[in-house]
Amino acid sequence: MPLSHRDYGSARVLAPRGRLDHATCEAFQADLAPHLDACTQEGSALVLDLSGLEYVSSAGLRCLMIAAKQAGSRKGRILVASMQPVVAEIVQISRFNLVLEVFRTTREALASVSPQATEAFDRN
Amino acid sequence: MRVRFWGTRGSLPVGLTAADIRDKLARALLAASGQRFDSYGEAHAFALRALPFSLTHTFGGHTSCVELETGHDEYFVCDMGSGARAFGAHVLARQAGRPATVNVFMSHMHWDHIMGFPFFGPAYVPRNRIRIHGCHELLERAFRLQQSAPCFPVAFEQLGAGIEFVALKPDQPFEVSGLKVTPQLQRHSGDSYGYRFETAGRSVVYSTDSEHKLEDRSETERFVSLFRGADLVIFDAMYSLAEAISVKADWGHSSNVVGVELCQMAQAKHLVLFHHEPANNDAAIETALKDARRLEELTRGAQALRVSAAYDGLEIDL
Repeated sequence: MPLSHRDYGSARVLAPRGRLDHATCEAFQADLAPHLDACTQEGSALVLDLSGLEYVSSAGLRCLMIAAKQAGSRKGRILVASMQPVVAEIVQISRFNLVLEVFRTTREALASVSPQATEAFDRN
Repeated sequence: MRVRFWGTRGSLPVGLTAADIRDKLARALLAASGQRFDSYGEAHAFALRALPFSLTHTFGGHTSCVELETGHDEYFVCDMGSGARAFGAHVLARQAGRPATVNVFMSHMHWDHIMGFPFFGPAYVPRNRIRIHGCHELLERAFRLQQSAPCFPVAFEQLGAGIEFVALKPDQPFEVSGLKVTPQLQRHSGDSYGYRFETAGRSVVYSTDSEHKLEDRSETERFVSLFRGADLVIFDAMYSLAEAISVKADWGHSSNVVGVELCQMAQAKHLVLFHHEPANNDAAIETALKDARRLEELTRGAQALRVSAAYDGLEIDL
């Protein structure tokens, strides 16, 4: 799964695309790992901009939960934002809105990280 | 084939409380405000037409007990939860004094799955025959133990029926009185077994007390194979997905979401959510059902999957 990224202040925004399911979640976890390491070492946050994600299965949600737990155990944070309506509904149905930090937009997620991250986002 | 649900609750029987009844009544009255009913029939029709299931019914409180009526003279039933008491009364009434043969298939011997047996009327009647099938080595011991002092006043040896225990082997099909039965190992504390039943071109899967580890693709494939093309899949949907894989991971249960996914992969026709969490009220179970139906709609492939929630008294004809 292609994982493009941009840094905004102390936050890194990653934008997975396509489907996150049984077939893709291992590759997603592998692609996510270096970003997770970098952010937790720097005490920053990872924002997953899910606007390009078309579908997430139970296995994919589990990947997101594990990543959020790994980040949390190393004093980092993973936030998810900008979900397409279908993905947002699946997250709600599975009650993952109670497990993950979910934001309507990427900007709102960055605002919860720091004012600097929002400013950097607004400048772009 | 007809599938009849005598007990659908997980872990522990529950009953509606006075507060639950008052709440249902108040909500029903509110929903009917402005309506005029000139007869019981009109009011009854309105309740069925306009009110949600969670107000007009209850999902019920007996623990696991599901009958498969195949058209054969013998009875077939999965698990002996507290629903077995009412099932036993049904058998006795239908037999009207004639001896009965009851084939029981046990998922496992946790208490909620055997607690109905001491209250299963046919077990007390001489000339009845009860065959208890299962894959656990300690199957017979569990049944005898629960009817030992100080747990119960009637010892197992005092039961009048002829009771035999039949050992089944996982993944090995077994034929009993025209019904083909294939057990499969499931992930649960102390192991549990799901069953695929097939007769006259129809298939039913009974898969309760089963946790699914989403990262284990071979396990997923095993269950897809068990569920493949089934007319009905009775599925442990005790928790939400988030609960099942976080705070309640390794508790041995699954979710409505995984039920929909597995049934879609297997192209099963009808999913029945089962083994409801005892802490959930009727409205919560109804919400889990609506969520599962919506997920099925969002993710539907070439074939639609029907989704229902089991309740005590539900009958499904296949």
